[in-house]
Amino acid sequence: MAVLLALVAIAFFVLPLIALLRRAPWSSLWDTLNEPVARDAIRLSVECSLWATFFSLVFGVPLAYVLARARFPGRSLVRALVVLPMVFPPVVGGVALLYAFQRNNGLLGGLIYDLFGFQFTFSKWGAVLAETFVAMPFLVITVEAGLRSMDRRYEDAAASLGATRWTVFRRITMPLIAPALFAGAALAWARALGEFGATITFAGNIQGRTQTTPLAVYIFLESNPDVAVVLSLALFAISIIVLVSLRDHWFGGIRDAGR
Amino acid sequence: MTLAANVGVRLGQLDLRVALDVADGETVAVLGPNGAGKTTLLRSLAGLVSLDDGVVRIDDAVMDQPSSGTYVVPERRSVGVVFQDYLLFPHLTVLENVAFGLRSRGTSRGDARRRAHDWLARVGLDDRAGVKPAVLSGGQQQRVALARALVTEPRLLLLDEPLAALDIGTRTELRRDLRAHVATFGGARVLVTHELLDAVALADRLVVLEDGRVAQSGPVNEVSARPRSRYVADLVGVNLLRGVGNDHEVTLEGGGVVVTADPVAGDVYVAIQPHAVSLHRARPEGSPRNVWSGRVRGIDLLGDRIRIHVDGAVPVVAEVTPGAVGDLGLRDGVDVWASVKATEIDVYAV
Repeated sequence: MAVLLALVAIAFFVLPLIALLRRAPWSSLWDTLNEPVARDAIRLSVECSLWATFFSLVFGVPLAYVLARARFPGRSLVRALVVLPMVFPPVVGGVALLYAFQRNNGLLGGLIYDLFGFQFTFSKWGAVLAETFVAMPFLVITVEAGLRSMDRRYEDAAASLGATRWTVFRRITMPLIAPALFAGAALAWARALGEFGATITFAGNIQGRTQTTPLAVYIFLESNPDVAVVLSLALFAISIIVLVSLRDHWFGGIRDAGR
Repeated sequence: MTLAANVGVRLGQLDLRVALDVADGETVAVLGPNGAGKTTLLRSLAGLVSLDDGVVRIDDAVMDQPSSGTYVVPERRSVGVVFQDYLLFPHLTVLENVAFGLRSRGTSRGDARRRAHDWLARVGLDDRAGVKPAVLSGGQQQRVALARALVTEPRLLLLDEPLAALDIGTRTELRRDLRAHVATFGGARVLVTHELLDAVALADRLVVLEDGRVAQSGPVNEVSARPRSRYVADLVGVNLLRGVGNDHEVTLEGGGVVVTADPVAGDVYVAIQPHAVSLHRARPEGSPRNVWSGRVRGIDLLGDRIRIHVDGAVPVVAEVTPGAVGDLGLRDGVDVWASVKATEIDVYAV
């Protein structure tokens, strides 16, 4: 019985994939992929998702460290706030970001525009911001779990050998939680790559600037389904390639380090 | 004094209060059951736990003193630690592990590597410099941990259960190795262990910790010959009784009477070596001044010796040969007589 239900579950995952592959315009695949709108979308997606992963690491790792190590009142509240973007609808996140960062009557957006003459909305950095907003929680949660499960006595050992906190963090803590760090970054990156709701709501849908691949897929599904299908395949392929290469490179490296 | 500490730490259930002075070249073993506060004491000396009161001085410099607001962080203390399980950094090579302390203290890369190589050669592991610690045996890991702790030339060496992670089979040999390597270190040494054998082999002086307090301290042979607590007595395998002395007799709390060679008075401990206790099936005639009836309540095998627990007004453990067990038909529940010469009974004040 369990096996039967499992088979249904597998079919449930595989069937849409087959349908997508069957619908693909294989003969014109390369030409479609080379259309400016498709190339812009893919380039932008890769670029924005990598930036989002970068910012998630830069801000998310310290946040995970504080959540895992510091004791302060309201820590569970902070953690709940961090997890929030994981569970609420991305489009709601987009609306919230809009009222925080838009140029007119945004909570912070107006000030940023006055000071730097820069606005997030309708710019590539708006897409990056939206993606970071939804992706960072995955990194924070994963890295925090890694920090909590590591043997902290290694940090004591390093301190007793004369290492400052920063040296301990850099040379001991980070390498020891490398598996969690990589897993968190991969999850965040995958989430950023697929981001749709927050991006289209907050950053807009401008080709070459904020129209990432998921947005383009959605827009062209009616007007030019070939492009939509090819872009879907491209996203799928990028995910597969990166995940497979990560598995060999990262997880292989981890296994060596653990031995 | 290289280390002069008066440690007061409260941590959860533990209320630790220990005075500890260790001179250069001296090894003090801190012995005690689990939860007695041994590791916490060590951590407080290394600065990994801060004091609630008291003081820790190394070479007369105050490391931690809450009353004066002084606290020197671990990385600034001249302390080397060999941790329980060694805690070699798994992602660094053996050489990088040993060089870590030097690099952290600002030694140049080349210099640190050279000195780390020197130390690895001293502990006989220079040929394993490039491997990760996980491929080393327990004994090799211990030597790397020692080299890592000593390469920065600390004034105080702390060893936390350095032999606990090793197989029983290799322990004797590695205990000897460790003793030789530790002997080359000129500073003060503190060893934490729950194995009397480690303490005897490695230490000059014993501090027995029970429930965060010093239960007994002194030279190893003195502590083991005249235990002052059930824990120490069990460790050294001595019968320890407590009672009130009067003339040539000690009356135990349970009512039994022990006859002594010399007159005694007041609250006293009575220590009897198990091999001084003879067992008989019939009441023995003749010289022994102490003859107690009892019943066998347990038989332990200890190498080629056998320990018989005898329950009675004077509860004792007797050490006999396997032959005697057979000859006397000793087994659980058998009634026996235990006898001890008065001259074999050691009595000392509580």
